Amino acid sequence: MRRLLSSPTGIAGCLLLLLVFVAALFGPWIAPYDPQEFHVTARLQGPGPEFLLGTDQYGRDLLSRLLNGAPATVLFGLGATALGVGAGSVIGVIAGVAGGRVDSVIMRVLDGLLAMPELLFTLLIVSFLGGGTGQAMLAVAVTFTPGMARIARGATLSVRTREYVLAAIARGESRAWIVGREVLPNALGPIIVEATIRVSFAIMIGATLGFLGLGAQPPSTEWGLMVSEARQYMFRNPWCVIVPGLAIAITAMGFNLFGDALRDAFDPRRTR
Amino acid sequence: MSLAYLIRRLGAVIVVLAIVTLAVFAITAVLPGNAALMVLGENATPDALAAMERQLGLDQPLAVQYLDWIGGVLRGDFGTSLRLQLPVAQVVGEAFWHSAALAVIALVTVTVVAIPLGTLAALRRGTAWDLGIGLFSYVGTALPEFVTATLLLVVFAAPDGPILPAGGFVAPGEDFGGFLLHAVLPSATLGMILLAHISRQVRSEMSEVLSSDYVRAARLKGVKERRVILRHALPNALIPAVTVISLDIGYLLGGIIVVEEIFAWPGLGRLLIYALQNRDLPVIQAVVLLLAVVYALSNLAADLVIAWLDPRVRYA
Repeated sequence: MRRLLSSPTGIAGCLLLLLVFVAALFGPWIAPYDPQEFHVTARLQGPGPEFLLGTDQYGRDLLSRLLNGAPATVLFGLGATALGVGAGSVIGVIAGVAGGRVDSVIMRVLDGLLAMPELLFTLLIVSFLGGGTGQAMLAVAVTFTPGMARIARGATLSVRTREYVLAAIARGESRAWIVGREVLPNALGPIIVEATIRVSFAIMIGATLGFLGLGAQPPSTEWGLMVSEARQYMFRNPWCVIVPGLAIAITAMGFNLFGDALRDAFDPRRTR
Repeated sequence: MSLAYLIRRLGAVIVVLAIVTLAVFAITAVLPGNAALMVLGENATPDALAAMERQLGLDQPLAVQYLDWIGGVLRGDFGTSLRLQLPVAQVVGEAFWHSAALAVIALVTVTVVAIPLGTLAALRRGTAWDLGIGLFSYVGTALPEFVTATLLLVVFAAPDGPILPAGGFVAPGEDFGGFLLHAVLPSATLGMILLAHISRQVRSEMSEVLSSDYVRAARLKGVKERRVILRHALPNALIPAVTVISLDIGYLLGGIIVVEEIFAWPGLGRLLIYALQNRDLPVIQAVVLLLAVVYALSNLAADLVIAWLDPRVRYA
């Protein structure tokens, strides 16, 4: 933790994440207005004393909408990543531990899935599952699975021949015990680092799906959807696209910086 | 470069693409919505539907459908678009060149800008230059394409006095200047994330190379600083950058979907979204397969460039 806070990237990442998590945890309660309330006399306003970040085309308070959408955005990123990392790790560890033919079959299938650009893969799955927040989350999770499986397999392979694993095998421990108690905890480092950085991708992809109309549906306060709904009015009040756009960027940047700092903290060689 | 290395890599690419065709087919096979219903409309009689299903081959077992499709693909026949009633190869081929033009413009511009930018940051480490470039690269990677595109539109394409066109496409054969003008905002959007990635990668590799023994030796030998950087340091710093660029082709191909949709650029991305909305299965299959082929070939090309830059890899 101290190493994490010793680099400027780490500090910046932690501060941004703190901001994001405060917004996600308390956002709906500290929002000054009802996020769906129309202020007909104050439409498309810029930031001012009454509406701190301005209002959208219906006169809804942008700050309130932003704060209201924060928990969903963060949960989306964390949820999609957790699902993808979980499934990917299971597949990767199985491939790494089993070795041989099982390993090469799994790896070839993963290679095939990884040969599709990520967003393309997500789009295909979303069109199969249909639009909506839950479906979008599942689609991102499925997209993440092959990449995570590959990383988990690499991490497993690198610890599989270590002395403590060989010792456990020599002691005659069961296979499940070895994987659960020896291999997995030691392979976790690279998986966690990759997962942290992936949260930011998940949030960006989720927002993109919302923007394309394939994720969250109106009147949701999902940030990508906010940008897409306000686009028609962006020349009259640029704030209604700038505010949610920057919120997405800040959240993604927080997870990115934090992930980078985490990687440096795990791997002292990479400190530059 | 050894022939065996080339053949081995090519073999791996073919295996991966074979798996991709399976995955693409599987995904399109499970997409909800009946293709025959899409062609004939809601009011089709059951008889007409059954006839259409037969005509499209939908009554065949999946394995037969797959082999039919793959056989056609290998002969260059991708079927007929269900919606546009045109050969898929023609529709996709045209869109491919539009997308390729956009991607190449973005990639070339980014490479030309990012390498000097990263080098500069590495040479001026710890200065305001370095900090600015670093900050830019962090912000750049955190902005999804649709946000960048929207912000660029706000700044450059406001209806009262737009500096650049807000969208659309002009064929380069008709009006090359107009074509380039229309390509500025979409390619700038596509380039943002890439620029951030590549300049950061070049910076970090360059600063490592600059503190290496052979660079110090070259300097001690009295080689001019310009030559040290261009001949000794840069080629070695570029090897990892090539890998990053090839991985970024994946982002580029994904980004193109969003960017073409926003800027109304008639390429593969826009075609794909149209085909997905209309369940135009042959078009979906062809576009996805084509994008996967491009991605696989660009990764292969990157491996070959690396082998050419770095003799150690050739014999590994």
